[in-house]
Amino acid sequence: MTDLFGVPIQALLGQVLLGLVNGSFYAVLSLGLAVIFGLLNIINFAHGALYMLGAFLAWMGLSYFGLNYWVMLIVAPILVGAFGILLEKTLIRHLYKLDHLYGLLLTFGITLLLEGVFRSFYGVSGQPYATPALLQGGVNLGFMYLPIYRAWVVVASIVVCLATWFMIEKTRLGALLRAGTENPKLVEAFGVNVPRMVTLTYGFGVALAGFAGVLAAPVMQVSPLMGSNLIIVVFAVVVIGGMGSIMGSILTGLGLGVIEGLTKVFWPEASNTVVFIIMVIILLLRPAGLFGKEK
Amino acid sequence: MNRQLALYLILAVFIALLPAMGAYPIFIMKIMCYALFACAFNLLLGYTGLLSFGHAAFLGGAAYATGHSLVVWGFPTLLGLLFGTAIAAILGLIMGALAIRRSGIYFAMITLAMAQMLFFYFLQAPFTYGEDGLQGIPRGSILGIDLRNDVNLYYLVMVLFFFGFFVCWRTVNSPFGQVLKALRENEARAVSLGYDVFRFKLLVFVISATLAGLAGATKALVFVSATLSDATWQMSGLVILMTLIGGLGTFLGPVLGAVIVVVLENKVGEFGHMLTQLTGIAWFRVLGESVTMVIGLIFIICVMAFRRGIIGEILHRFNRNKTA
Repeated sequence: MTDLFGVPIQALLGQVLLGLVNGSFYAVLSLGLAVIFGLLNIINFAHGALYMLGAFLAWMGLSYFGLNYWVMLIVAPILVGAFGILLEKTLIRHLYKLDHLYGLLLTFGITLLLEGVFRSFYGVSGQPYATPALLQGGVNLGFMYLPIYRAWVVVASIVVCLATWFMIEKTRLGALLRAGTENPKLVEAFGVNVPRMVTLTYGFGVALAGFAGVLAAPVMQVSPLMGSNLIIVVFAVVVIGGMGSIMGSILTGLGLGVIEGLTKVFWPEASNTVVFIIMVIILLLRPAGLFGKEK
Repeated sequence: MNRQLALYLILAVFIALLPAMGAYPIFIMKIMCYALFACAFNLLLGYTGLLSFGHAAFLGGAAYATGHSLVVWGFPTLLGLLFGTAIAAILGLIMGALAIRRSGIYFAMITLAMAQMLFFYFLQAPFTYGEDGLQGIPRGSILGIDLRNDVNLYYLVMVLFFFGFFVCWRTVNSPFGQVLKALRENEARAVSLGYDVFRFKLLVFVISATLAGLAGATKALVFVSATLSDATWQMSGLVILMTLIGGLGTFLGPVLGAVIVVVLENKVGEFGHMLTQLTGIAWFRVLGESVTMVIGLIFIICVMAFRRGIIGEILHRFNRNKTA
């Protein structure tokens, strides 16, 4: 059995793995968007730009300070999170009382600004980032060749997603967060500092984007445009999944990545658009999204 | 009401005289195309409260359709313009029918995603010539008037712009427009009063898409080309900025916004250079080299401190003085 529908199984599995890698990014990013949306009620357009920032921080750490991948995998998300907290405290905070659309527009402006800054320094061409020594090469599994770094991306993303899920669904902190999503006034009445919780949630959500950025640095070109290309697909993923559940975001992200990978094998021309096509179908059949609740 | 009409007449005469005053016709035509685009967009965001993040699809789609029909099929100019506009209307019908199934933030994300889908289609489809764009669109003539002459084309663009502006004005100042405003203010209430919200939203979406298409078709004629940049999400963002900076839900706001954005795009380099010379800070030159950065900054300032926009702010002060 070396063929499946006339496609060599090796190529097929390779594309599925690539799809899973992309799906991991979709999952981590849409998870961050969902967490932020839950408490802040804004769609963070800047998520893509902050993912790009994470990748650039990893690259800058290595090129300017000689800090390796593993250090930056911890440091970059913290820095991105800190930057997010700064953004929330200085800008986003003032928009909560207004229509949610202003939050989208503000973060769109932040995206353009960040992209513009990086473009003026690094141009539009990508910077290469070497795969860390520990994760280079691959293993032959007999039926396919498995590049270790790609497997690492998938595993690390799933671990981070599950940890986030656990934190939100199973811990006391998560319970407060969910309560704050339902009724912030009541939670505040119980003596919880809700504004601080909101700030930290935003910081955490964008730190996830920064983490995804570092993971992406060795597999994607580190370029100022890497975020905006991705974020629009992630928006479609969010529409398909609905922002109702954490697990839903994770599953939708990974699933769509795999579907995209398979489309690359069977119908390459549609691989860019397949997520959007699925979005259209979902809108026709189940407008609230796969895991969303009709309001 | 008569004062308003007089204001528009003065504006029309002023625009008509601009080429005679030595203004570069292509530049003003570009502004008029963008102004019409922004007015069309304002029908949705300003008067109905729907944020479409995918209006570039109509601008770009119509530009390609008009260009293709003129270059390949050899349509006469007028028919080509109509064809491009009609394609935008059909796109608007499809996109609108899907997007209005969700509201608020989802509406914005859906329109953005669908416009991006169309962008990828344009990127790959042979008739758009990919990154190169569709070049050498013949302008032809209308009613025997040769449009290869920039000044002749200028007056055609002006007529089209005022036609589009009038359609917007008529739409807003009609019972239909009143329902749209009701939707913006309180959708649940409009539903409870028995209005078929979906039909109203879809209709205004199609009108807006059609006028955006007219702007795109005209733009293809002005620049004798149709390129991918018209269909990018950055263009969708730019039209939001034009409307926001001028004033949401005002008639002249989007027009003024278009003027500001186009002038900025063309002059930002000089402006950065001037700031460098004035202040001695070399960083301003970097700012001048990046239009994206400047647009991002203005976006942030507008949203944080200037949400009424220029015209909106003027009207607000004017009305406050009147009541006081």
